[in-house]
Amino acid sequence: MTAYDYWSIVQGSFATVGVSLTGILLGVPLGLGLALLRWARIPVVRQVCYLYVSIIRSCPAVTLVLLIYFGLPQFGLSLNPLAAALIALSMTAAAFSCEIWRSSLIAFDRQQYDAALAFGMPAWTRVWRIVLPQAWQSSLPGLVNEMTMLIKSSPAVAVIGMVEITRAAQRVGARTYDPMPPLMFGLCLYLVIIFVLVRAQRRLEHKTPGREVQV
Amino acid sequence: MNLNDFVIVWQQYPAIWAGFLNTVTLLLLAGGASLVFGIVLTPLLMSKKPVIHRSIGFYCECMRCVPFLLLVYLIYFGLPSFGIQLSNWVTGFIALIIYNSAYMAIILRAAWQDIPHETIEAGKAFGLHGNRLLRRIIMPLILMRATPMIGNQMTQILKDSAFLGIIAVSELTAVMNAIQATHFIPFASFLSAVLLYWLICLVIEFFTLIFTRYAEVRRA
Repeated sequence: MTAYDYWSIVQGSFATVGVSLTGILLGVPLGLGLALLRWARIPVVRQVCYLYVSIIRSCPAVTLVLLIYFGLPQFGLSLNPLAAALIALSMTAAAFSCEIWRSSLIAFDRQQYDAALAFGMPAWTRVWRIVLPQAWQSSLPGLVNEMTMLIKSSPAVAVIGMVEITRAAQRVGARTYDPMPPLMFGLCLYLVIIFVLVRAQRRLEHKTPGREVQV
Repeated sequence: MNLNDFVIVWQQYPAIWAGFLNTVTLLLLAGGASLVFGIVLTPLLMSKKPVIHRSIGFYCECMRCVPFLLLVYLIYFGLPSFGIQLSNWVTGFIALIIYNSAYMAIILRAAWQDIPHETIEAGKAFGLHGNRLLRRIIMPLILMRATPMIGNQMTQILKDSAFLGIIAVSELTAVMNAIQATHFIPFASFLSAVLLYWLICLVIEFFTLIFTRYAEVRRA
């Protein structure tokens, strides 16, 4: 393995982190939207959201990536691998973060909502000023955990030709006929990335102040 | 794309059925074996000897940090350098089992840390200890407690099994990929795959629910 080989795998790690990060940045707000829609109990919309979350959560990342990359051109929507990968990962992130948001919305103290209602706050202010700040704090660790899940499923984008850590490592191995060193190097990169995330998660869990209610 | 595409997919049902069965086989065998290994590993994780619980803990943490596909590649492409050559099916099974046993052990450990001390102490007071205490008191309790999480992990195993198509294990996604490549009907075939995976997940959820209910009845 030459220095260039190592560099190509490190470049793959930029792709891994970039794709997962963008996926989560797009997916988390979408998931919040879905969770709020389900929370609002609008008849048909609620069932549709439930169906979406249920199907996407049970769908393997590989299959979803293939469906989007090869399936959408049939509707005249040609995508390059990067766009397809981003769509697939943000769809997954949306479904999973919807569940995280939903559980913190369920745990949310309904009385506070009623109190805000009693003060005559409009619906948007109620959600933005009262519900979200607290729901955000209780979902943050879950969302960071979701990010590690996304990084672990990101090798799925290799099937449509995107070069991320796993694929880069495999390509180096195929060229040098010695697959073990590049794969081990890739493994170390994943360990570093996920270790950093787990650390961040722990710190967030400590940093989030308890809900001191001042009476 | 039109509805005819789905008719073509339907006409391929012998191949799809075979792929579906392969996926279900992978899920059941690997899931069962992972659960068994998880049950064996958990007491080691909870062991009082630091050497044992540290080394098993290290293995579990490693598996948590590694993407499944990388583990598959390590076994499939890496092991032949050491003179160990495994077929794609064996690789698939071994990778699924090694990967998910760690997760099962972590799930069961969490359930173990959750059970009340009194129950275990009561078991000890009745003269049970060691293996018997584990088999009669602790394991049934934590298995019942962890049922929903085990169900989740089964879904995860199902999703991981789709990666095995990359090393030419003919599971559902690989079969659908072959069909779309011959008939040029990517959307219909992959959508069918997604729906079939969903179906399997619903079945998993159903059984998880039944076991959870059973556990609740037993606990009451």
